[in-house]
Amino acid sequence: MASALHIRLHPLPTLLLVAGLAVLPVVLTAVDQPFYIVLASRVLIYALIASSLNLLIGYGGMVSLGHACFIGAGAYTAAVMVRAGADIAWLTWPAAALAGAALAAMIGVVALRTRGVYFIMITLAFAQMAYYVVVSLRVLGGDDGLTLPHRARYGFGLDPGSDTVFYWAVLVVVLLLMTGMRQLLNAPLGRALQAIRDNDTRMEAIGFPVFRIQLAGFVIAGAAAGLGGGMLADLNQQVSPSLLHWTQSGTLMVMVILGGAGRFLGGVLGAAALLLAQELFSDVTTHTALGIGLVLLAVVLFAPAGLAGLWRQVAR
Amino acid sequence: MLETEGLTIRFGGHAAVDGVSCAFHPGTLTAIVGPNGAGKTTYFNLISGQLAATAGRVRLKGRDITALAAPRRAQLGLGRAFQLTNLFPNLTALENVRLAVQARSGRTLDLLSRAARHQDLTDQAMAHLKAVALADRAGAISATLAHGDQRKLEVAILLALEPDVFMFDEPTAGMSVDDVPAVLDVIAAIKARGDKTILLVEHKMDVVRSLSDRIVVLHHGRLVADGPPAEVIHSDVVREAYLGGAAESDHG
Repeated sequence: MASALHIRLHPLPTLLLVAGLAVLPVVLTAVDQPFYIVLASRVLIYALIASSLNLLIGYGGMVSLGHACFIGAGAYTAAVMVRAGADIAWLTWPAAALAGAALAAMIGVVALRTRGVYFIMITLAFAQMAYYVVVSLRVLGGDDGLTLPHRARYGFGLDPGSDTVFYWAVLVVVLLLMTGMRQLLNAPLGRALQAIRDNDTRMEAIGFPVFRIQLAGFVIAGAAAGLGGGMLADLNQQVSPSLLHWTQSGTLMVMVILGGAGRFLGGVLGAAALLLAQELFSDVTTHTALGIGLVLLAVVLFAPAGLAGLWRQVAR
Repeated sequence: MLETEGLTIRFGGHAAVDGVSCAFHPGTLTAIVGPNGAGKTTYFNLISGQLAATAGRVRLKGRDITALAAPRRAQLGLGRAFQLTNLFPNLTALENVRLAVQARSGRTLDLLSRAARHQDLTDQAMAHLKAVALADRAGAISATLAHGDQRKLEVAILLALEPDVFMFDEPTAGMSVDDVPAVLDVIAAIKARGDKTILLVEHKMDVVRSLSDRIVVLHHGRLVADGPPAEVIHSDVVREAYLGGAAESDHG
């Protein structure tokens, strides 16, 4: 029976995309543009983070303007661990995810008792509180943040200094998490999350624990954002309070709207489009924000389902 | 058995439901009637937990459920259909019902399996759609259904919850005459099972007369009459409640 919610990924295009992403660093090295491997890693990490926000906004109807604080929680956790010598990526990244999840649980317990614009404001307020806590803590480097002496190691004889190895490690993690997100959305919990977005009073009336389901979604998204933060710490080999600033949350929201809120690849496309546009136009002009603003305006007016929806609009 | 004791809610100084004490028994269909604004839907909301009572108690099967939230009450067997159509607009009719089946099955926090693969849930949902003569529209997005079909879907969701107490709030409101019998047949079938407690808010007196075993009259939030249909319909207090209400609105 047809389902309005089931997410299908066509095997051939998916396989081609994954294969393309896997060989990308080899190609970039061959054409002598290794700088873009780092950019591609950044795109992948933000694709994951924006997808986690898409889970909240697009699928859960929870419009959070505080997502950056989970990135910060993960990034600082990973940074502190690497500096303390616990520098194994398979430890720092899960720890970063846990930190994001823990912070999300604390914020979610309070914020999810509100709805609509109050939810937006309260998530923003919590994130700004986290921002000022980090800025004022000398042990976390205050305004300057922390630098990492090196990236976390992977073991298996892999070179932690290699951008290509880092890219592949990130790719594996991001692909696993996107698979997990698809599984979640197709599972009963994901269905319930989307139904709550549609009609939360009715979900309560038929006996779903709405608060607990939303909290579960919020914590999962926080964990994914925290993991993204942990990978960002390795990528930049430094962390700073700007990771937690509310403008970062705003940028993530732009990515989700641009890519398509409530579309499976919305976060991925939005992150890729925004970061590549910034990269492209920053060579030409310093006023990239204006150009991006115009593009966003066009998307909202002419393609309300974002880039992911545009595909379908054009195909029709 | 469902029981309310001195159930009251005040909005500011206004008591929308005012000290209503009433017991409802399995195998009985009780119609709740009264003029517009009498507090019928508010009374329903207090029982099902959409609103919190200012005073009084709600008991289900002897258990005090006054402090419980709506989802808990639903799990304990209180099933509520809504007066204003209250569906999941972006989901198909089948998915609307399947959610209710899923709630009933307790698989609410499951994130490892696939919703679409739970054939048993789908089959049960389909059976409930058949019961309200909506099986042929199973794949339609519920927002696109005709009004009468949406009302039927509302009833199918309630059936899927398999509650002990069925609360229907004007189930045939705004339906075309062709659609009404299907819904009334469903209610009659639930009643025929003999073990369900049914509450029905309804304006159409012919429906009330044909289905109900008992009529409770609310007026200005108070319970003003309670008894067998034949007695209550012709009682002075009902005449006054309805005609008095009509006279008031003529002046206003």
